[in-house]
Amino acid sequence: MFQYQFDSSFILRKKKSIKKQLLLKDSFIEKNIAILGGSTTSEIKNILELFLLDNGIKPNFYESEYNKYYEDALFGNDDLDKFNPDIVYIHTTNQNIIKYPELKDSEEEITILLENEIKRYKSIWSSLSKFDCAIIQNNFDYTLDRSLGNLDCYDIHGKTYFINQLNSKFSKQAREIKNLYINDINYLSSYIGLKNWFDKSLWHQAKYALSLDSIPELVFNISKIINAIFGKTKKCLVLDLDNTCWGGVIGDDGLDGIHIGTETAIAESYTTFQKYAKELKQRGITLAVCSKNDFKNAKEGFEHPESILKFDDFTSFKANWDPKHQNIIDIAKEINIGLDSLVFIDDNPVERDIVSSQIPSVSVPNVGKDVIHFIEHIDRNGYFEPISLLADDINRNQYYEDNKKRAKEESTFKSYDEFLVSLEMTAEIKSFSSIYLDRITQLTNKTNQFNLTTKRYTAGEIENIASSDSHIKIYGKLTDKYGDNGLIAITIGTIKENQCHIDLWLMSCRVLKRDMEFAMLDELVRQCKEKGVSEIIGYYYKSAKNNMVSDLYEKFGFLLSDKTDENTIWKLDISNYDNKNKFIGVSND
Amino acid sequence: MTREEVFNGVQDIFRDIFDEDDMVIENTTSSDEVEDWDSLNHINLVSAIEKEFKIKFALGELMTLKDVGAMVDLMMEKLK
Repeated sequence: MFQYQFDSSFILRKKKSIKKQLLLKDSFIEKNIAILGGSTTSEIKNILELFLLDNGIKPNFYESEYNKYYEDALFGNDDLDKFNPDIVYIHTTNQNIIKYPELKDSEEEITILLENEIKRYKSIWSSLSKFDCAIIQNNFDYTLDRSLGNLDCYDIHGKTYFINQLNSKFSKQAREIKNLYINDINYLSSYIGLKNWFDKSLWHQAKYALSLDSIPELVFNISKIINAIFGKTKKCLVLDLDNTCWGGVIGDDGLDGIHIGTETAIAESYTTFQKYAKELKQRGITLAVCSKNDFKNAKEGFEHPESILKFDDFTSFKANWDPKHQNIIDIAKEINIGLDSLVFIDDNPVERDIVSSQIPSVSVPNVGKDVIHFIEHIDRNGYFEPISLLADDINRNQYYEDNKKRAKEESTFKSYDEFLVSLEMTAEIKSFSSIYLDRITQLTNKTNQFNLTTKRYTAGEIENIASSDSHIKIYGKLTDKYGDNGLIAITIGTIKENQCHIDLWLMSCRVLKRDMEFAMLDELVRQCKEKGVSEIIGYYYKSAKNNMVSDLYEKFGFLLSDKTDENTIWKLDISNYDNKNKFIGVSND
Repeated sequence: MTREEVFNGVQDIFRDIFDEDDMVIENTTSSDEVEDWDSLNHINLVSAIEKEFKIKFALGELMTLKDVGAMVDLMMEKLK
């Protein structure tokens, strides 16, 4: 109901009963979201709630009084302070631009107007930084009317020109300010069409700066950013082959018979789809194949000279005659990600039905059978919405490929220890430094399996911890003879007198069974001793996904000190601690 | 479309917007009697009616109407 293409009118009309339905689900994460509006926001709040509930996020809202976004942000108030938002959404639009250029204004005067406008937002963002929260900020939509006609977009007095300048300044700010995310309503309003986006009558009657029908589109866009902030984006695109990656059936038509390339309109449309998948791959999304085919035929399809995607682009390749949901479960295991990180594209409605009914946590958009529409279902649903492009994401596929080589080697050694020695592993395990803070924040928000407390941090919180004396905060990077695994482990502890309480212990599943956790523990103990700590307290909070680490502290030699339901608390006296890591050469602070 | 059909359509919209499946409105029902019928819900009602019946109200046309009956009468005019 909340996927592309949802029915805006239906959602608006039935919102109350939809909400009741959504609340029947369990296991929500609760988040505090403050909406600071420059126009009416009540329906935005109501509908945003539905989209977030659908994504497993239960929002508590703070809503500013009408058009009090500036006052609330700058001067604060007790309610907002007490509310302590995880996210602030600033809903401003072109209606909130204080002063447009007048025709008599000189270029200098217009520059000043622009600076004044930007300054206002800069002061909003900087005063909100006290909350250490993510800030989602609208950029500006164009005005519906433009008295200068086409000139409006290139004369310095034009409103369109002014808005373009503002938007490019917003973009620059968002690149520089951590925690600031742009909700691109300039794109969204063009996508919907400005005349549908803005409703003059509704503006005058109720001061909504967008039409009611556009509200679900707006909050859909916001919810994609929120999903990305909380690490709910997908990681892997699973593709069917025949009539999905190419036109025709490779087993029947042969390599010469399938449609791919630029010869015909049909062939070209499959090429366009392959190009899109390749773009996703290049920025770190993993590709996999799940197809009912003979393996040999399936592989051959990517040897077509015009094929954009090659066999090597796929981290997992399942072409056989087993049911697709079983193959998809295998793909997730092979890549070591959760089923809810997968998106499956297939032109065949029967296959889509089987997969979505057997494994509901896999996203299976209803793409229809025409390849022309496949991209929009991936794109509009924001499955792979990134909040930044990190080198680690772009390199991720390399790790998986290196991992395949590692797995191959593993089988040729007599013992696992011997294999670990052969990897020639070195690690850098040090206290947080500024260049890694983005990556650290990202990992805290998306690591689910090897994560003892599943505590999520905002960029601001991580920054504070990085400079705090009462915290131990270490990251680990691991390299082996096959390549660099990047930053993959984080431990954060709070020091209280002679105890260190471990708030966060996580590791990327990319480096499971490499003894990296022991190297991290050694460094933690070393730093604890330096700070006069004699006892480490570890916490395990059970989640739906972190069962694999329920006995981690036990393996470390901690003693169980308390147990409530399935959550456990552990203690380790470090006075006689012996280093546990034997296989990794470590450089530390 | 008869007045009764229009009236029933409007009642369905009221039931959806206020999420009360057995809500019964009368010609004399006004915003004073329905607790949640505030200015913001009024906008939602009007918008749903416009879509359902494919009509448009002019700015302010609905502000002066005193009850549901008057609203349905205005709709009948537009649906002619």
